[in-house]
Amino acid sequence: MTTRSFGSGIRRREDPRLITGKAPYTDDIKLPGMVHAAILRSPHAHANIKSIDTSGAASQPGVLAVYTGADLDGVIAGMPCAWLLPGSDLKTPEHPAIAKDRVRYVGDAVAVVVAGTRYEAEDALEHIDVEYETLGVVINPKDAAQAGAPQLHDDVENNIAFTWAVAGGDTDAAFASADVTVSDTITLPRLIANPMEPRSAIASYLAAMNELTLWSTTQNPHICRFLTSVVTGVPEHKIRVIAPEVGGGFGSKIPYYPDEAITAFCAMQLGVPVKWTETRSENYLATTQGRDHVEEVEMAATSDGTITGLRTTVYAGMGAYLSTAAPGVPTILHGLMYSGAYNIANISGTIHGVFNNGTPVDAYRGAGRPEATTLIERLVDLTAAALDMDPAELRRKNLIPKFENGHDVATGIIYDSGDYELTLDACLNNADYAGLRASQAAARAEGRLVGIGMATWVEICGLGPSQVAGAVGFQGGLWESAIVRFHPTGKVNVMVGSSPHGQGEETTFAQIVSEELGVPVEDVEIIHGDTDNTPMGWGTYGSRTTVVSGGAIAFASRKIKEKSKELAAHLLEAAVEDIEYEDGTFFVRGSADQAKTIQDIALMANVAWNMPEGMEPGLEASAFYDPPNFTYPFGTHLAVVEVDPETGRIDLQNYWAVDDCGVQINPMIVEGQVHGGVVQGVGPALWEGVVYDDNGQPLTGTMQDYALPRADLLPDINVGSTTTPSPHHPLGLKGVGEAGTIAATPTVYNAVMDALRPLGVNRVDMPLTPEKVWRAINDAKNGG
Amino acid sequence: MFPSQFTYHRAASVAEAVQLLGSNEGAKLLAGGHSLLPMMKLRVASPPTLVDIGHIADLKGVSADGDGVRIGALTTHAEIAGSALVQERAPVLAEAASRVGDPAVRNRGTIGGNVSHADPQSDLPTVLTALGATINATGPGGDRSIAAADFFTGLLENALEDNEVLTSVSVPGVASGAGTAYVKFSHPASRYSVVGAAAVVSLSGGTCSSATVVVGGVESTPTRASSVEAALAGSATGGDALAAAASAVSGDFGGDPVGDVFASNEYRQAMAAVYVRRALEAAVARAG
Repeated sequence: MTTRSFGSGIRRREDPRLITGKAPYTDDIKLPGMVHAAILRSPHAHANIKSIDTSGAASQPGVLAVYTGADLDGVIAGMPCAWLLPGSDLKTPEHPAIAKDRVRYVGDAVAVVVAGTRYEAEDALEHIDVEYETLGVVINPKDAAQAGAPQLHDDVENNIAFTWAVAGGDTDAAFASADVTVSDTITLPRLIANPMEPRSAIASYLAAMNELTLWSTTQNPHICRFLTSVVTGVPEHKIRVIAPEVGGGFGSKIPYYPDEAITAFCAMQLGVPVKWTETRSENYLATTQGRDHVEEVEMAATSDGTITGLRTTVYAGMGAYLSTAAPGVPTILHGLMYSGAYNIANISGTIHGVFNNGTPVDAYRGAGRPEATTLIERLVDLTAAALDMDPAELRRKNLIPKFENGHDVATGIIYDSGDYELTLDACLNNADYAGLRASQAAARAEGRLVGIGMATWVEICGLGPSQVAGAVGFQGGLWESAIVRFHPTGKVNVMVGSSPHGQGEETTFAQIVSEELGVPVEDVEIIHGDTDNTPMGWGTYGSRTTVVSGGAIAFASRKIKEKSKELAAHLLEAAVEDIEYEDGTFFVRGSADQAKTIQDIALMANVAWNMPEGMEPGLEASAFYDPPNFTYPFGTHLAVVEVDPETGRIDLQNYWAVDDCGVQINPMIVEGQVHGGVVQGVGPALWEGVVYDDNGQPLTGTMQDYALPRADLLPDINVGSTTTPSPHHPLGLKGVGEAGTIAATPTVYNAVMDALRPLGVNRVDMPLTPEKVWRAINDAKNGG
Repeated sequence: MFPSQFTYHRAASVAEAVQLLGSNEGAKLLAGGHSLLPMMKLRVASPPTLVDIGHIADLKGVSADGDGVRIGALTTHAEIAGSALVQERAPVLAEAASRVGDPAVRNRGTIGGNVSHADPQSDLPTVLTALGATINATGPGGDRSIAAADFFTGLLENALEDNEVLTSVSVPGVASGAGTAYVKFSHPASRYSVVGAAAVVSLSGGTCSSATVVVGGVESTPTRASSVEAALAGSATGGDALAAAASAVSGDFGGDPVGDVFASNEYRQAMAAVYVRRALEAAVARAG
């Protein structure tokens, strides 16, 4: 008997090397003869490049080369946009790795210097003379979509990259016949992902073999190889991409970046390995950002509290260019989720993807779903207020009733399984909701601004069926593959194509193999991140890795179990039908002493001394898992805040989360993901947001100004869970990587608005910084 | 985050540091490095020469100085916050030092570096001005002392000559029975004070006999809240008296305004009245 690890909170095997700083990251790698690149970035948000003189830099000490956009032209293809949204009149203007004649955001690459040391390269940057002719700048995505706004791309009218619509039912009729309608304009601030490790790339090119090796801080090495091939022209099978340890990504390391292409170009030109590592300042300019939505939203309801309609017009900032997956984020991952956890029969949304003079925007933890959940949950609270109903009860009335195998919503997708009221009840119970409301009433009687906010949410995860990916324009598949390989000693290697980078899947994947085949969890090693020794996979994002790779591992393990059973039958001289399996042992039914352990089988399969007729040696299986549907995790979160009326400062006092991510492989890791997600979701509600001035200069360019959540500003997070297995997943998994981020923003926003409600304040733009809240309070007091 | 090239010297004594400053054009002193190095990494500052004074033992530590304390320039915020002598003789300085930045900043950052950086949102300049502290410096011409009220001359500007070394800060003891307090509105990211208010209040038979109030974060140098002090002198301290006095702070702002994307100057001024009142309430409660 082995100790069961599946379902237990065993410690993450990744942690000792990560928390002691012993794990090697890309920037730790030093290759013989390696030189260093530094990139000159535009100081202007929008300007024509009149001239560039690199001669001063080229003559600086240690400088090997200086390249500009003209040098890359025709050699390095433009940055690919890989989510070509159908039916949206999508425009994909050229995005050169290095700007050729025009820069469109502060941070756009203008030139690269390669030198013997990074210091020499940085010093030389100061000797490049660029003459700019500044152009008009537009930052706000709605402003950018108006006629007369400064145009970023000559062939994109009104900066509208695409317009995508979602519709179900008859929304106009629903609004026309509604007893009550509410509306709001919600701003989701532009966010910086802030992984602990900035991006880095090392390129090494062997010209004689036309072989390119790229070490990269990517979340998806196989996509990175694919796109490196597209961009450099080096055939895919001649490229090796290695993602060593990657220190967090939160979506910002999904895209294919100019910097990777530039680094590869330099290595190919110079014939020596070239390293480029982003500084934190560069990370704040050149790494994709998240959100940046202006959402004009309305909800319709009947007087009994039935929500009958939802209507939106959304302006989603894309930044200056379309990043790799950008068009899919505010559409497929956003608009399709407009029903939330509710039965809403009539839904229509129009989403404009809009170019603006900022850093490109792409997936950031939650990717589209926090933006959807925020607008839905805010409208639900406004509707409850309009109907003078308790917001929890309005939610309860409209929640989709429990379902175990499929529920259609008006946006056209099919949720897999859900028991939303269960999480609502659990959360209200954990928080003592009635008691909180009583305390709030007492506090209000004293003039204190105490607020209670909640969100009952559902998200789309486990991306996803490849056929659907293709139908919605994603230029790749979304399946995963795994190879499970038993060695003669019974130890196991699992090779996966996804690329965990801190989420804990080295542990949970081992737990899956242990569960399926009865091997001790410590006998299973997970190999990932190197395209040369892992099978194809589409990467780690969208709460998909445990779900989709985990499915592949389960199916590969089951193939091994079948082969093992046959080999056991042969060795035990019994019929296969008479072989039973339990906890890693195959035995003849009714004769437990006639048994072979999985380790016995591994040895015998590997030495192959006595195989059944026709059976191949070895004990290894590979499986490709393409999920039949997405998964739809859900939950209810609740927060209590108090606002200081004198200052507008917000004290987040309590937070309860109840999440249902299906079956949990490792509850400790689930809890950790919820903790981190909640904190990242609280950020934009209270503190985080990129601010540009009118010239497009970022005013939040350092960690001194961009306020990340800090531990002393956060309460303990009370985490609970329920378990509703996904009906279509082999292990019942749903995914949990983004849950907290999706729930926390509206939860905390609603709590603050609830606190301010007695004053008549019902909207303040996020982040809810003290001055904004103070002004809203004063305006309300002054009758504003 | 790659600074420009610079030459590094380690000074063994204050005299050597003064000599190195004099012989190297544009040289800057390096102590805890918490203000200078970030600026160098951003290439906002590119001094050709750094003179490291971090190993000069004479510049470290807290000692008794009359009824007050003398704090060596290299004394860290954590050391000041934890000093029994400072806690006894100038408790408000220990209170402020305990709230500078975060633990990493307090363990490396020094009072000398902090004061000479003259950041208007820094905590110590506000408190040292309120306490009537003196900044001691050594230059080619010898030693001199500068009153804190004269030391901070503008945004990131101080009264030191280019080749002077700040050696210590002399802080007079707080009068017996006076109550002191420093309260701050901490920036969520930088932990600088959006507004910081220091108060020293003496009571006599239930009324305020004297008060010193200084506000940081609103103007480019610490603001002496003379209007508040005047309103308090001889005033009662109960009821709305402290709030009324604190609201007078609006009359004390006339210098270079400070404001940023997080908090405008208008907001900072409004918060000054709130934080001055809170500082006064705490100081009054502590006064004997």
